[in-house]
Amino acid sequence: MALVTAKAFISAMSAIGAGIAMVAMIGVGIGIGYNSGKTVEATARQPEAGGSLLKTMLVGVALTETAGIFALIISIILLFANPFL
Amino acid sequence: MQLGPRVIFSVGNVYVTETVCFAFIISLLILLFCWRSVRNLQTVPHGCQAVAEWLVDLIYNWTEGAMGKENLKFAPYIGTLACFLGLGSMLGLLDLRPITADLNTTVPLALVTFILIHGNGNRVHGAGGYAKKLGSPYAFMFPLNCISDAVFPVTLACRLFGNIFAGMVVMSLTYNGLANLSAKLGSSIPFFQIFIPLPLNFFFDMFEPILQTFVFCMLTMVFTANAMSGDEG
Repeated sequence: MALVTAKAFISAMSAIGAGIAMVAMIGVGIGIGYNSGKTVEATARQPEAGGSLLKTMLVGVALTETAGIFALIISIILLFANPFL
Repeated sequence: MQLGPRVIFSVGNVYVTETVCFAFIISLLILLFCWRSVRNLQTVPHGCQAVAEWLVDLIYNWTEGAMGKENLKFAPYIGTLACFLGLGSMLGLLDLRPITADLNTTVPLALVTFILIHGNGNRVHGAGGYAKKLGSPYAFMFPLNCISDAVFPVTLACRLFGNIFAGMVVMSLTYNGLANLSAKLGSSIPFFQIFIPLPLNFFFDMFEPILQTFVFCMLTMVFTANAMSGDEG
């Protein structure tokens, strides 16, 4: 009976952890969708403000994205530069 | 798979990586472009001069829109930042490592932004006035404002780094996967790499760098103008 080595076990758990970390993207998706939807609404109501609305939206999207990027960095670290191994 | 930048050469304990070399090459290219565009100025511009005038006009209009007419002296810094970050992040198009996919590039730039914000706030309001501005609208907001100001450069650096780095990882995974797929079909030429990654290239190597450059410059301008503005809060 082959025993699971400690290293293999840690690798597998790190991979699962990396997957779980990316759950944060749910919130990012909801946030960006809400942001873009509201921008579309505002542009439909006042089309001449479209340019400045687009700029504001891009800044807001980038700020929303930050949370997801943190999760992504954590999962990349877990996958490629694992501190536990 | 190697994630960090390759070390080109090292002098004792000082490592010179790809990032530093590409940053110097890009600075030289920008310098060369500037030198060519002002070498022989004409009333009716063409060639390099026309491009340079369009760029300068764009940056000045943008700065004026974001910071107001009285803060136009920040436009040269914003323009330098935009050119450097934009070109540096698009290096993935040439199959090179983008210089912003390295925290050693983004953290110093974020620190420059941090110093710009608080240095200008102190200069305009004076130390006491700036502390009062941080403590507005209520005095108990002072520590909260300090925390959010301290976190700002961290998120600024991590946003740029994370976006470009993730793009780089996704692109290299795509290219490796397509090469493996064509090797499975018994071909020594990775023919799947020909047109399939083009939309990904467009998104991660062109759209994402432009967007992140825009966001970095925009946040720098908005927060600096906010720190210098007279109204409380």
